[in-house]
Amino acid sequence: MTAARDKFGRPVVVVTGMGILTSLGAGKTDNWAKLVAGESGIRTITRFPIDGLRTTMAGTVDFVRVDPFSSTALSERMAEIATEEALEQAGIGAKADFPGPLFLAVAPVEVEWPQRRELGRAVGQLDITYDDLLRISGGGRYSAYHHRFMFGSVAASLAETFGTKGSPISLSTACASGATSIQLGVEAIRRGETDAALCVATDGTVNPEALVRFSLLSALSTQNDPPQAASRPFSKNRDGFVMAEGAGALVLESYEAATARGAKILGVIAGCGELTDSFHRTRSSPDGKPIIGCMNKTLADAGMTPDQIDHINAHGTSTPENDKMEFNTTSAVFGELAQKIPVTSNKSMVGHTISAAGAVEAIFSLLTLEHQRIPPTINYDNPDPTILFNVVGNKARDARVSAVMSNSFGFGGQNASLILTREPA
Amino acid sequence: MIDTPASKPGQTEVWITGIGLATSLGEGLDANWAALQEKRINVDEKGFAPYIVHPLMPVSFDSQIPKKGDQRQMEAWQRIGTYAAGLALDSAGIKGNKDILSKIDMVVAAGGGERDLNVDSGVLTAEAKGANAPGFLNERLMSDLRPTLFLAQLSNLLAGNIAIVHGLGGTSRTFMGEEVAGADAARIALARIASGESDIALVGGSHNGERKDLLVLYEFGDFNLKNKFAPVWARKDHAGFALGSAGAFLVLESKAHAEARGAKPFAKLSSVVADLAKRKRPGDMAATLEKLWAKLPKREGKGAIITGATGAEPATSEERGFLKSHADFPVRSTGTVFGHAMETQFPLGIALAALSISRGALFPPNDSTGTEIEMEGAPTQIVVVGAGHWRGEGMALVEAV
Repeated sequence: MTAARDKFGRPVVVVTGMGILTSLGAGKTDNWAKLVAGESGIRTITRFPIDGLRTTMAGTVDFVRVDPFSSTALSERMAEIATEEALEQAGIGAKADFPGPLFLAVAPVEVEWPQRRELGRAVGQLDITYDDLLRISGGGRYSAYHHRFMFGSVAASLAETFGTKGSPISLSTACASGATSIQLGVEAIRRGETDAALCVATDGTVNPEALVRFSLLSALSTQNDPPQAASRPFSKNRDGFVMAEGAGALVLESYEAATARGAKILGVIAGCGELTDSFHRTRSSPDGKPIIGCMNKTLADAGMTPDQIDHINAHGTSTPENDKMEFNTTSAVFGELAQKIPVTSNKSMVGHTISAAGAVEAIFSLLTLEHQRIPPTINYDNPDPTILFNVVGNKARDARVSAVMSNSFGFGGQNASLILTREPA
Repeated sequence: MIDTPASKPGQTEVWITGIGLATSLGEGLDANWAALQEKRINVDEKGFAPYIVHPLMPVSFDSQIPKKGDQRQMEAWQRIGTYAAGLALDSAGIKGNKDILSKIDMVVAAGGGERDLNVDSGVLTAEAKGANAPGFLNERLMSDLRPTLFLAQLSNLLAGNIAIVHGLGGTSRTFMGEEVAGADAARIALARIASGESDIALVGGSHNGERKDLLVLYEFGDFNLKNKFAPVWARKDHAGFALGSAGAFLVLESKAHAEARGAKPFAKLSSVVADLAKRKRPGDMAATLEKLWAKLPKREGKGAIITGATGAEPATSEERGFLKSHADFPVRSTGTVFGHAMETQFPLGIALAALSISRGALFPPNDSTGTEIEMEGAPTQIVVVGAGHWRGEGMALVEAV
């Protein structure tokens, strides 16, 4: 029994197209096969010198080439590839004519070192100040860098390529960005502003300064050897997250519009929720209340109770603090069920795709619903005895899954959760 | 075929019940209003010569950000924004009101990334002098970057700092994308309140224009105003924008929510629309502005236009063409007076529109070209226009309640 409206009278929002790209490869088929096989995409960095770094591995996407290279150009190209896959599956609109808005989760954009060094060389003197850089920056020689390093440049390019409608929104809610892009799409459809939305999340920021920044905050794993074993969510010896690149794209539609055009429905975004933590810039409130509130809001938004959730796709970063906090807060919401519901962290294999993670993991959750098989959390050899999750450790597990909660938590007190289901409730 | 998704007005009326301003003219509504009446403009033609900037009028950050530790964790753009956000909460009468602040929805338009100029120039200088070991950059960044600088650079940490300092516990979204991010922030907040998804929201942005790293970015496209200040409309042969430092925040609230707590509105926010013109041919941008203009609710009152026109070309000439076809609306440029505050310019425009309506007069023109004309009487409808220097167009209608 399906309905075009949910129990609150809002249009049901379904997914009709998905595209994904991670360090495991391009496309749903390849990613899913490797994910359920427990393969890791984490490797020693070869893109730039690693001398002098505490962390020397990451989940880089090296099979996508952009020239000239910049993290922003890589983010844009990965988003294009993922979007092409999602649109092909959805079969919506026409080429370069997507019938709805774009919501893009993207890492904050900035001028990067290769370009800064090029300016430095162009100054042509031994002492270089910003006044010198300013003196040689104008005159049109570097006008392409202006366009490249506008915050809105990736969204503007995607909007033009895919013909999305209206003003594309570029957003950042740190590590929750991907989930927020989906939430914005869901809300636009529920408000009746559009029948379809393109939600894309991308992150290609494995570069020296980004790595150093997270390193200086002691957020990254330093278990460099072997790199595949560095990301170990819920393990006793976890020591930080692993930076990674990737992109995810989802075509959202109202159930009514999707069925009217005979589209195949891949799943339902049954609920979304977010709640700010005002405790600290990088740490969660010790009582976990904002995360608990976020999960509860999401359940309420979906009109569901904890016993209706039969799988949790965890944020599971592999940092000492996150994984413990996630268990404690999940326990507060789910009670004893928190130790029964199968839980997994895709980050054990693809690393933390930061701005893209919420969308990448939503897609993995939808694939879990489709295949009725939960991908493993690899490197789970030494379970943290204080984290009593029913972790799907090391080997994929067949399971009856009808509703998944996917969590994302980020710097700046950003918490966002999604509930994805197979069929409209 | 779906047209531009625009927020649908007329569901729940949305009021502007709080305004917070910290600009090159001063802090607070009275100081800014007085400066506008006196046609004062605060430009620095020397500090960044040949570039011109509108520097922030110094404020006592302690009054809104009492902990020095919090101030130290932020760079200037975040301090300005956190300060202006506090003024907006004060203005709405909800500062410290835990019930409301625990549910307020925040939509912030932000850039980010103030560089540590010494670290950058130190690396480039050492490389020019021959440092070429493979790990040189890594080692310098590991030793020279302040560990917390990243947090002062991250776009969403403006919202994060506002939440921490003022105790906001609702939701938080950060939009990026230069000028139009400010319009989209207002558009989404309005749509959420109008549809009943939200009762009250804090919306705005902040910008530090006194940054050489930003000047480099805009110099790539020859967008900086150089040598001599002139009003936006008088820059045709001397195009460019003068970066401005400003924080502008608004409290938007459903009429019912405001009335229930006895809050008085400055004005109502009736509609916000935005689009992305292709800007490939002359006239593309003006056509998009006309399209947005047609989407706004009917204007039958005493109208005016407040625009964030940048002074950059060809955008400003295109916009002037659009304005000429609506010459019955007196125009005011915020770029002339406040400089160009990028993501913040659109919220600033809404703030000045609401302030003008609540004070019963449009502020006087500040222009030598005749584009801005005097306005008699009290405006009841003000259209806020924001066309980006490179991409993105937004428009809002602010009306008397």
